[in-house]
Amino acid sequence: MEILRNLFLAPKRGNHNLFAAALNMLLASCFIVAVFWLSLKAINVEFDFTFLGQFRIRLWKGFVMTLCVGITSLFLSLVIGCLSAAGQGSRLLVVRYFCNIYVTFIRGTPLIMQIYLFFYIVGTAWGIENRFVSGVIILSVFEGAYIAEIIRGSLLSMADSQLEAARAVGFTRQQTLRHVILPQMITRTMPALTGQFASIIKDSSLLSMISVIEMTQTMREISAVNFRLFECYFFLGLLYLCLTLPISYISKRLERRFQYEN
Amino acid sequence: MKIEFYGLSKQFDQDRTVLKPMDFSDDIHTLAIIGPSGGGKSTLLRIIGGLILPSSGRLYVDGIEVQPDEKVLQQHRKKLGFVFQQSGLFRHLSALDNIVLPLVEVHGYSKIKAEQRAMELLTRFGLTSDIDKKPSALSGGQQQRVAIARAVAAKPKLLLLDEPTSALDPEYTTEVLDIIKELKEEGMNFIIVTHEMGFARHACDKVAFLCEGMLMEYGRSETIFTMPETEQLQRFLSKLLEWNV
Repeated sequence: MEILRNLFLAPKRGNHNLFAAALNMLLASCFIVAVFWLSLKAINVEFDFTFLGQFRIRLWKGFVMTLCVGITSLFLSLVIGCLSAAGQGSRLLVVRYFCNIYVTFIRGTPLIMQIYLFFYIVGTAWGIENRFVSGVIILSVFEGAYIAEIIRGSLLSMADSQLEAARAVGFTRQQTLRHVILPQMITRTMPALTGQFASIIKDSSLLSMISVIEMTQTMREISAVNFRLFECYFFLGLLYLCLTLPISYISKRLERRFQYEN
Repeated sequence: MKIEFYGLSKQFDQDRTVLKPMDFSDDIHTLAIIGPSGGGKSTLLRIIGGLILPSSGRLYVDGIEVQPDEKVLQQHRKKLGFVFQQSGLFRHLSALDNIVLPLVEVHGYSKIKAEQRAMELLTRFGLTSDIDKKPSALSGGQQQRVAIARAVAAKPKLLLLDEPTSALDPEYTTEVLDIIKELKEEGMNFIIVTHEMGFARHACDKVAFLCEGMLMEYGRSETIFTMPETEQLQRFLSKLLEWNV
């Protein structure tokens, strides 16, 4: 009884052992595979991935495009996020309200709506025809609002005692910003920002709606030709996991390190 | 160091007066500020240190007025050393860097000289094996010793300590108070806000009793403890003695 309990129940304190972890991970995976397998059986589908080889160049291009969109958007959304976090604390009321409205609107509406709205109305009116450029801008504006909240949260949690200590040792405002606020904010926001990068990668799939030829759009095109819908999307999922799993892993590691430091 | 202030007061909100207008003028070597919690001790220390501005009144240090201007205040703070109740160290820096950074950035030391000075102090305070540790990896007592090392590193004219031992276990308290007493013997001037009455009485020349935002008594420590004049101080001291061994 005791052995069974140790195998399947997490102890109230401390960690469960490695063997229990492996066994239960296997059981959970088997369950997921079984549900999928039974579902596929029920609708009489058999997987055949042989066609993937012939599309490898297009798939690779789509993969690279997703990475490019992701990385460019990460940088641009960081800039937007920093500016609007700063703007939300501005003494200029019009700037403060502008940033508040921006963050509230973006966080309160779905990305797909924003993509259509910005691309077809704003994009057309202002003559931004390059789909990569408009895609990156739309995605960055969307993610920027979330990053603004991450940064604002970490600014608010900046302990007063640290700022007082900075003044006490004789730092000027610039020195305080450079030697105290920035380094502490960077370690504090890094885990959340890394996690946000995973979101950017996933959210970039919606840019397929405006025909940015990234991973999802590539798969949509391939599946439109060979009707291998299940295989295409299954493989697409794997490709996204290849990108997001390492990022999540890094994010978790950073989080643990940050917790230790505080 | 001569400290003078006239009509000094502090109000935080419209109805929350922490310090009522008070005057003071004396040469300070070692001064303990004592009194019940919420009496304005820490606020007074921070005003003297230029960390917060008084609502009214003027402050003079060695005859020169400390004007309420950020540049003047920064110059004023440079000449002082601060030790806070807790978490006064920069969390993201090692013990060594906590001392080195202000020396280099504020006091114009070269990196090598700053490190030498920091090592000298850390060794003296028994922290040689902890130089690379972040504050979170140090015990409360070790943190306060690093904080004192940082405060005295640039040889300040006056050390300001705000309840440096109130967050510590008794064994660490003694070790921190010993260090402060040692510094006194080397001629360091300091003002300490403290609840350690033994330390105030035996290690400080003068004692100021602050209660309800007023400077109720001030004088030589022996006199303050043996012949308290006001009812408030008598009550305060008798309360403290209630549980003494």
